[in-house]
Order: sequence, then C-alpha cells, then structure tokens
Amino acid sequence: MSDTTISQGWFTSLANPTRFLALSGRILPYLATAAVLSLVVGLYMSFAAPEDYQQGITVRIMFIHVPAAWLAMMCYSVMAVASLGTLVWRHPLADVAAKTALPIGAAFTFLSLLTGSLWGRPMWGTWWVWDARLTSVFVLFLMYLGLMALHKAMDDPARAARPAAVLTLVGFVNIPIIKFSVDWWNTLHQPASVIRMDGPTIHPTMLYPLLVMAIAYTLIFFTLHLMAMRNEIWRRRVQTMRRQAAQSIGGGAST
Amino acid sequence: MRGPMQAVATKLKGRRGDSVLFEDIDFTIARGEALVITGPNGAGKSTLLRILAGLLAADSGEFSLRDHDGTELPVSDFAHYLGHRNAMKRELRVQENLSFWKSFQRSDSGEGMDVDEAIDLVGLTGVAHLPFGYLSAGQQRRIALARLLVSYRPLWLLDEPTAALDKRSDRLFADLVSRHLAAGGLAIAATHQPLGLENVRSLELSGIHSAASGESWT
Amino acid sequence: MMALLRRDLAIATRSGGAAMLGVLFFLAVVAVIPFGIGPDLNLLARIGPAILWIGALLASLLGLDRLFQADREDGSLDMLVMQDWVTLVLTVFVKSLAHWLATGLPLVLAAPLLGLLMNMSATATGAVMLTLLVGTPAISFIGAVGAAVAVVLPRGGLLVSILILPLAIPILIFGVSAAYAAVTDPDPFLPPFMILSAIALFFAALGPVAAAAALRGASD
Repeated sequence: MSDTTISQGWFTSLANPTRFLALSGRILPYLATAAVLSLVVGLYMSFAAPEDYQQGITVRIMFIHVPAAWLAMMCYSVMAVASLGTLVWRHPLADVAAKTALPIGAAFTFLSLLTGSLWGRPMWGTWWVWDARLTSVFVLFLMYLGLMALHKAMDDPARAARPAAVLTLVGFVNIPIIKFSVDWWNTLHQPASVIRMDGPTIHPTMLYPLLVMAIAYTLIFFTLHLMAMRNEIWRRRVQTMRRQAAQSIGGGAST
Repeated sequence: MRGPMQAVATKLKGRRGDSVLFEDIDFTIARGEALVITGPNGAGKSTLLRILAGLLAADSGEFSLRDHDGTELPVSDFAHYLGHRNAMKRELRVQENLSFWKSFQRSDSGEGMDVDEAIDLVGLTGVAHLPFGYLSAGQQRRIALARLLVSYRPLWLLDEPTAALDKRSDRLFADLVSRHLAAGGLAIAATHQPLGLENVRSLELSGIHSAASGESWT
Repeated sequence: MMALLRRDLAIATRSGGAAMLGVLFFLAVVAVIPFGIGPDLNLLARIGPAILWIGALLASLLGLDRLFQADREDGSLDMLVMQDWVTLVLTVFVKSLAHWLATGLPLVLAAPLLGLLMNMSATATGAVMLTLLVGTPAISFIGAVGAAVAVVLPRGGLLVSILILPLAIPILIFGVSAAYAAVTDPDPFLPPFMILSAIALFFAALGPVAAAAALRGASD
C-alpha cells in the first residue's frame, strides 16, 4: 500500500472509504498511464538488448521473470504491512488492501514460476528442478493460495479479516526460516548438481531494461491493487445493501 | 386432478429407544380436512410425523394414502414434509433454492405455482435474487413454506410450521393452509399454537411413555 | 435429477469452493514429498505416478464427509430420502457424480502440472491422468457409502476417511500399476487398466445402492 509514504494526516483521512474512493479515482488514470508507458518502454528496451552469448534469445525471459519474482515478494510485504494495519491500527482499509493484494501477488508468483519453468526447459533440460530458490518461491505460491482459500471459505469478510491477518504475519515471519531451511535442505541432499542460475555478471545493457521493467511491474501492481481495492469496497457496500434490503422486505426481521 | 381422497392411520405405535411414545393411534382425514397434533414436548409429535412421512419405520401399525377407488398411493410422491429445518442452502439464492425443489419434487398429482408467485404469497416479494443466508429466521421459515407451494402435493406434513414466525406471519400461514384445504388438500400439523383453521380435527399425544414390553433393558 | 446436479455443482463452486480446496490439498501433499525424500529428479520421476495417485486419493477423501452431512444439517436430506427406492439410488448416484465433477475432475486436470514438478515423462503423466480419470469416480462412488454411514455421527469427517481408505485400496493398486505399466516396457498397460475400469463400474453400481440403504437406515 502506498499509504505508508503519505503523511499522517492523509493516512487517517484515507480511513474513510468514501474519501479513499474519491482520491484513488483521481490518481488511477495517471498511475495506469505511467504503468502502460513504462511497460512499453521496458518491453522495447528488453527486445533491443543484445542476446546473451550463451543463452541466446531465451535470456529475454529474464526481463519478464526476474521482476515478477521481485513483485511476488514485494506483494507479500505489502500484505504483511496491511495485516499489521488490521491488527494494530484497525485501519478499515487495511483488510481490504491485504485481501485484494492476494490474487495479484499469486498471479505474479505464478508468472515467475511459469516463466522460470519456460526458461529452465532450454537451459537445464527440464521444466522443474527442486532448486532451493525455485522451491521457496513455490512455497510462497502455496501460501498465497492457502490465504485465498481462507478468504473464500468465510462468507463474512469482516470475520475473515483478523484470522487472515494473523496468518499473513506468521507467514511473513516464517519466510526467512523457510528460505533458510530450503537452502539447507537442498545443499544437504544434492550439492552443486543443480545448475545455478548465476549466469553472466549483469551488463548495463541488461541491467537498464531490467530496472525499467521492475518499475513498470511495480506501477502495474499499484494500479491493479488500487482498482481491486475499489472493487472490494463497492462489493462490500453492495453486500451490506443487500442485507439491509433483505431485512426490510415483508415486515422486517420477523422473529 | 389425481389425488388421494383420504389419509388413514391404523394402530400406529412409535417409540424412541426403549420407551413407547404412543400406541394405537388411529385417524382418518379426508380431502379438505386438517389434523392438528398437540402434546407436551417430547410426546412424540415429531416422531409421529416422521413415521407418517416414511422417514422412520413405525413399530407397528400403518399409514396410507388412498385414492377414491381405494388404491393405495405412495406417501413419498404425494406428501410434502416440512421439518424443523428449512431444507434451503444458505449460499444459493432464494430463487435457485425454490426452483430446485420445484423440479426435484415435481409430482404427477398436479402443478405447483411459479416460484415468484409463491414468494409473493408468503409476502416476501423482492427477495428472489438474495442469497437465502441473508434472510432473517422468520423470512427463512416463510421461504420454507413457499417450498410447499411450488410443487403440488396433496398431503402436507408440517412439524412446528410456525416456529420463528411472528403473529402476522402466523395468519399468513393459516391462510396458506386454508387455501390448500379448500383446493382439496389434506394437512397434518404438529404445533403448540392454534392455527385458526376450520375443518380441523385434533389429536393429543399424552406424553406418558411406557417401557416397551418384553425386550426392555430396564 | 439435472436440477440436483446443477444445485450441487453451484454449491461447490460458490463460497467455500470445495473444488479449489481439493486441488490445493493435492498440490500441497505432492509438493511436500520432495522435501521428505530429497530433490533427486530421477527418484522423483520413478515414484511420481504413485505419489500422484496417493495425493489424489487423499484429496478426494477430503470433502467426502460433507456429501450428505451438509444436506442433513439444513434438512434437505429428509426430502432426498423421502423418495421411492429407485429414485433414492439415482439421487445418490447423481450426488456422487456431482461430487466427482466438483472435486475429482479438477484433480485429474491438475495432474499434469504436478507431473512436471515430479519430472515425469509425458507418457507417464498421460497414463496417470487416464487412470485418475477412471479411478477418482470410483473413489467418489464408494466414498458415498462411507459418507452415508457417517451421516448420523457428530464428527464424521475423519471417520469417513478411515472407513473408505481400505475400500479404496484396489483402486489404488490397479491405478498405480496401470500407470507404471504404461512407462515400463514389458508390462502391458491394458490388463490392469481394464480391471480398474471394471472396479469403477462396479463401484458406480454398488456405491449408490449401499449408500441409499445406509441413508434409509440412518434417518432419525
């Protein structure tokens, strides 16, 4: 959530969903334009970059793959901050932010797994290896899916908020442990037989497109996230209105 | 309209575990008549209704629906059973719930009314598109009553039909049953409340249990 | 009966999402195997078909206890049982079929993805998919019996799995051996596959009848 970079006064005023809707509605067009522009520039630069002398054209997958992996982690961090917001400050939008970041994060994680797999096929000769780095991203993907299932299993979003926040934070604390144990697990079982993806030291001709793509991905994330949050707010309003409508029909709560 | 002329119970005996809840229950009701079963809690009203519906086996005796020429008709096809629970899915819309039962409980004894019409009749116009879980307890019960309307079955077996209903809905329910009886239906209801119906016979279960003879454990 | 199929599928895909949960469980179970035995791709490829089958078996047992329990809790079960014998058997058949479509079929469709993770060859993955396609309905149909028996029990969930696992062992045996026969050369694929199909058909006939009998007896 970009809230954290905004000053305190704005932060509290954002707690009001109506204010949030108005403000995000004004920001969104600019954000979306910036995202599309940087993506176009980034893609152009990616294809203008020279081919790798070893990997050939497949190296271009990197420009899609690496930022996706970064975003997968950043998105989880955003969710962790938002969960903190739910539990500590009881910010009404924090839960909305955490919930709507989930599918986007899962999508980025899936994208990085998918492109990694496509990249691995020509490079390593197999779609998947249980390399430490791949495996920890895979575990992250499972965590995303589990949290999504948790949200889906609860029909009242307000009741899902706190358990989901707790679980998100526990997961966040666990990520280093998972990463560490997976590293340890893999090197213990199969030292150095898996080809590492160190590749050549990154040359500026590769680095700049990568950075632009990373910026583009980040902008895309925030655009999608804002849109999803707006949707979620509307969805909750519709749900409340439907409940109210149900109560008012046929002489109200006739218990 | 094909349908039973009368519902006949002879020497019904029911028990729960070892205690006999009731014995020698006999009654006959004809088209347009209703039977109200009363009695204290635990007297076996629900058990009796479940036996009539064929959901429980009677210890002895039998219950049958007969055509005008005396042929027996299967209760499972000619009776609606409304239990304590509403038999509706919270996650489905009211419309979906009722349409499902309309086509699932279709019988050749007659046509039920439209789903929308039934919802109107129970006074809940406008809830069709809402998930069933959004409704209050009373509204849910009224939708459960609407299930009896969307597919036509001549015999209604009602277990505490007015539970969770307020006064106004009680009257609405009485009207529904009257309409059903006037159209040649039959109804058997277990209830604490007077239903305000005409053509009502009553059956009181004493609630005095006796140990089953012979094979008792006590 | 089409209405019943549509209703059960609608419930499965609405809130709760039983279909998604089953696939997630499948994914999680299969994914922890390499952590247990190590990331040796050759080993994984060799045991892959068996792991996938065990994962699918456990995942399809997962939601079985809700098959009739959910209907019992809201009272719908009374209306389902209150039918003549043939219709009741047909009802159970349709409910099992809906359960398979909502939870079993997604497992079959998820199998190739997990095959990739297990480094299985295309042939092996195809064979596992085919055997799962035939085998998972058999699990649903025989599982209906356990679900019907457990319907009166307060915490039926675990018990259903315990009751059904032994009954599902033949499905596992022939499913896995057919999948292996497809990749190891001398063994013919067809005999175990035909037996698996026969078991599936047999369970499709036996399961609903037995479950219907159990439901009749269980109503209280």
